[in-house]
Amino acid sequence: MSNGLQLEESPTTGDETITNYTINFGPQHPAAHGVLRMVMELDGEIIERIDPHVGLLHRGTEKLIEHKTYLQALPYFDRLDYCSPLAQEYSYVLAIEKLLNVEVPERGQYLRVLFAELTRICNHMLNIGAHVMDVGAMTPNLWVFELREDCMNFFERMSGARMHHAWLRPGGVHQDVPEKLLVDIGEWIDTRLPELFGDAMSLVLDNRIFKQRNVDIAVVSKDDALAWGFSGPMIRAAGIPWDLRKSQPYDVYERMEFDIPVGTNSDCYDRFVVRVKEVYESAKIIKQCLRDMPSGPVSSTDRKVYPPKRGEMKQSMEALIHHFKLYTEGFHVPAGEVYVATESPKGEFGVYLVSDGSNKPYRCKIRPTAFSHLQAMDMMSKGHMLPDATAILGAIDVVFGECDR
Amino acid sequence: MSVLHSAPRFTLIDGLKGTVSKALGDHLVEAHEEHGELLFTVHRASIEDALRILRDDFEYQQLMEIAGVDYPSRAERFEVVYMLLSVTKNSRIMVKCTASEDTPVPTVTTLWPNAGWLEREVFDMYGVLFDGNTDLRRILTDYGFEGHPFRKDFPLTGYVELRYSEDQKRVVYEPVKLAQDLRQFDFMSPWEGADYVLPGDEKADMPLIDDPKVTESPKQTGAGAKADEKAAEKVSDAAPAEKDSDAEAPAPEPTEDQPARAKRKGKTTDTAEATEPKKGDAE
Repeated sequence: MSNGLQLEESPTTGDETITNYTINFGPQHPAAHGVLRMVMELDGEIIERIDPHVGLLHRGTEKLIEHKTYLQALPYFDRLDYCSPLAQEYSYVLAIEKLLNVEVPERGQYLRVLFAELTRICNHMLNIGAHVMDVGAMTPNLWVFELREDCMNFFERMSGARMHHAWLRPGGVHQDVPEKLLVDIGEWIDTRLPELFGDAMSLVLDNRIFKQRNVDIAVVSKDDALAWGFSGPMIRAAGIPWDLRKSQPYDVYERMEFDIPVGTNSDCYDRFVVRVKEVYESAKIIKQCLRDMPSGPVSSTDRKVYPPKRGEMKQSMEALIHHFKLYTEGFHVPAGEVYVATESPKGEFGVYLVSDGSNKPYRCKIRPTAFSHLQAMDMMSKGHMLPDATAILGAIDVVFGECDR
Repeated sequence: MSVLHSAPRFTLIDGLKGTVSKALGDHLVEAHEEHGELLFTVHRASIEDALRILRDDFEYQQLMEIAGVDYPSRAERFEVVYMLLSVTKNSRIMVKCTASEDTPVPTVTTLWPNAGWLEREVFDMYGVLFDGNTDLRRILTDYGFEGHPFRKDFPLTGYVELRYSEDQKRVVYEPVKLAQDLRQFDFMSPWEGADYVLPGDEKADMPLIDDPKVTESPKQTGAGAKADEKAAEKVSDAAPAEKDSDAEAPAPEPTEDQPARAKRKGKTTDTAEATEPKKGDAE
């Protein structure tokens, strides 16, 4: 430089025209929440078009289910959305119960609701943590993972497994839980959860950076939310108070008192806050379950559906035969077709079950929550910046075990 | 039948089956109510019109799911089932139509934008074509996958498996090799309608013959003169032991272990008293 100081001119492209370019987001990207490949067409840093490629985790679950008896097919549901396993089992066992028209004892129903809500808390802990980390915050994730770990420990004491419980069964639940576990959950709900979760959320909810990254990102109108088949926190954030636990109650949900948090602006921030509020509502439901739960059997006494306990088998020949038949041939389900959907933490998780009267499902179509949400990715991200894509994806709460099946 | 189960309880609207059937008119093939679920079967060509009526006139705002089902024995083997949800009336219904491999179903992407992926999935898994879907690519299966895996005649194991080849430094596809046969456990009891095919069972189903064929010698094959002639031909010499000759086969030479037996002394009549009752025994 001859004259010492020279002002830097801002770079221009000159005569050259820059065309849109295409990048691959994923399939190995930490913010893709699994194996998602998105082909993005960018104009500078503005997203013009997104073509999500799903199916990298496709395992043919529905085909495998057709080759298993009804009970053998149950553990596949844990492995769909591995962040909220009980919620997936729930739809499946309710679909079977609907076809069989079998009654579940009250304590079984309460236990199911209690642990389904604990699953919801567990799922939201992961999503809330992952979402804040996607947009740059580190600490809250570490804190809410503590709570997630507590949930996992409760699940282990409930079923023996931390993640893949296979605890809900057609006709009830597999085993009653120890009384001490219920006491500990009650204590945890009263003390540790509100303290730790409240602390973590106090860092995020009013955080300037978090709001910059989420408010007014991916605004979806009510009409769009309906047309694109949104459900769960996604549709509630759009201001539609639609919750299957309230509007189409199953088990003892209709006896529970809880509110449905809804959003006002339908952006990523609203989706996040809806989930945060839902954690407190779930805690309310758990408390009511603990308060009202009667004692008694936890599973159906219909021995053509639910196998007898081992003690009974030692006494009764009839029970031994039932046990043998149920664990080899399995029960037969009357012919027919039902579509049963429950409110999983991520939205409407449905099972379309076709029975031909045999001991295996003829067809079991799983309606994943993420499929419709992910499809709207293109619609939601158009015109936003590239880094917003991670916020939008985080607010969808997508898990690929479930999306790809 | 009273409802015992505790599955989701949505609003059951009185007379919905009748009013919807009336509104669908000519589009409708059959209306069906079972297990508390309403199911309308409509003509394939009018699926879009039928769903538009349901969306606009009956407030079924959301298309939650499209499911394919395969019934290989039917003339039109596939069923495409649409699950509709009304958030204002809190009601669910299912609408379905049938299709075969070469009869496309009209797309409903014109009604719901999320039908795009749902139709892509049914196409990917069953090969049902959707007329008017502008983006009917595969969705869940691998890039370059062949076949439609959820069809009932597609094997559970698939046709190809893939591994990383150290030589070629890439993932290669190979035909599936199973270390053991895929086991299908069938626990249905045989007297409850299971269909076992045991070796030889196929003979049991052969038709009865009115006039059974009778032959008198091996030469009468019953398969024409040419076959008779062939049957009469001597294939080889008869086995040595079967050769007819008057000469008695000589006794084998005695050995050390089996020395020649000494000649029997008496005659048969001499031993008669051993077998016949003695006189006077009767008394």
